[in-house]
Amino acid sequence: MQGRVSAPTPRAMRRREHQGFDLAGFSRTLWQVGQAVLVFAIIAFLIWRGAQAMEYNWQWYRVEPFFYRVIDGEVIWGPLVRGLIQTLKLASIAGVIAIVIGFVTAFARLSDSISGRIIATTYLEAIRNTPLLVQLFLFYFVLAPIFGIDRFWAGVLCLAFFEGSFAAEIIRGGIIGVDKGQYEGADAIGLSIADKYRFIIIPQSLPLILPPLTGLIISLIKHSAIVSVIAVSELTTAGLNLIADTFMAFEVWFLVAGIYLAVTVTLSIGVSLFERTLNKDKR
Amino acid sequence: MLDTSAARPLVEITGMCKWYGEFSALHDINLSVMEGEKVVVCGPSGSGKSTMIRCINQLEAHQKGKILVDGTEVTPDMKNIEQIRREVGMVFQSFNLFPHMTILDNLILGPMRNRGVSRKEATDLAMHYLERVQIAAQAAKYPPQLSGGQQQRVAIARALCMKPKVMLFDEPTSALDPEMIAGVLDVMIELAEDGMTMVVVTHEMGFARKVADRVVFMDEGEIIEVAHPEDFFSNPQSDRAQLFLSQLLGH
Repeated sequence: MQGRVSAPTPRAMRRREHQGFDLAGFSRTLWQVGQAVLVFAIIAFLIWRGAQAMEYNWQWYRVEPFFYRVIDGEVIWGPLVRGLIQTLKLASIAGVIAIVIGFVTAFARLSDSISGRIIATTYLEAIRNTPLLVQLFLFYFVLAPIFGIDRFWAGVLCLAFFEGSFAAEIIRGGIIGVDKGQYEGADAIGLSIADKYRFIIIPQSLPLILPPLTGLIISLIKHSAIVSVIAVSELTTAGLNLIADTFMAFEVWFLVAGIYLAVTVTLSIGVSLFERTLNKDKR
Repeated sequence: MLDTSAARPLVEITGMCKWYGEFSALHDINLSVMEGEKVVVCGPSGSGKSTMIRCINQLEAHQKGKILVDGTEVTPDMKNIEQIRREVGMVFQSFNLFPHMTILDNLILGPMRNRGVSRKEATDLAMHYLERVQIAAQAAKYPPQLSGGQQQRVAIARALCMKPKVMLFDEPTSALDPEMIAGVLDVMIELAEDGMTMVVVTHEMGFARKVADRVVFMDEGEIIEVAHPEDFFSNPQSDRAQLFLSQLLGH
């Protein structure tokens, strides 16, 4: 071997071996999917049999008007759809405010300002160490009459301040997560502090912030159900009212849960697609 | 080599001290760098070389003493520091390019934001420097798509786009694969030949011999020896410099 000199085979000429169809692997996957289906089937059966035993009268045929009715060729949205729209409105306004609060609080905690750090830390500790339900009552029974805000906005603000405290930590983590060299690179070309964050730090912390922030928005949508206790007319309230009218507790709660699930799953799929396009043009 | 009659000091450090807590990082640093002069700073690791040049553009704050950059004193005031940083270019060991921006955007950001230059003008300037470091063809790529050597040349071009009066280099070749080092050193040598004022922390003794007007040897946060490169390499005065050189060249 010694003294031998050989030219490398051009990369384009090296062929990767392709394997044929992996039957054993495929049947293994199929069996596992089968197991999962079996488990779900058993659970569904147990629920159905339990309901049967307590002589529950399933009335799925009655649920269509909960969503919409057509009267004289005109579609009239039912209580569940109107509730869903209110929930989305509530959650999106609260989400935007929560993210703004999160950014302000994160920068206050990272700043040199002592008063900023004290205010931010007090806010975070107060919100995170008291129950959401108690906060909601504080907003609705104390702050709302003082500042003259209605129940919808009391609910929005309560949710925004609650989720804002978690958003603040997510955003702070994302900003700290950017490599120290990036700060120095920005400093070395003499960027102002605002430009440094705007052009260098924030864009690079977004990939770190976005996934946990999606989780936060999803939990915001779920937590928005709590404002039903102050009778804001959203999806959960609509469900409660329907049950009071129809006594169809099982059907309505399954439907309400299904609608929440559909919204949150759609949201997380949407964000993961967005992230993929975000990363694609960088690599 | 150096026309001392017309030269003015661009960087003047007098009696500078720095502590990290109780640990003395720099002690009584005195150094003047004339316009057009090339100073190579060397010394064992932990000797304060990087810390010293990072104090010049205030990536590190000093606690005592005075730093003047082209006659302006460096103060802790942020506006002042931003002004100083626009006069002083810096090249890092780890490049510190902005990975989310194209090479071109990396270069034009500083001039556009700090000097109010138009995008067109900044782009022309950036392409000029990219051609000089032979990366012009890659202007539309992102930094992670380039090799280490290419990234470092981009970093040099980015610093040059600010038209700095002084260039600081903090171990610019230490993070590079061996075959990439020559390309970066060539760019630096060319820059030196064009008359740029340079302060270079490096272990590339070949570069020091070829380019440096003076070599500054540091140990334990102090300047131990300042000498012409020929004198320093052939006949170091201090024991510590002798030991350092024997370790560096001994194998």
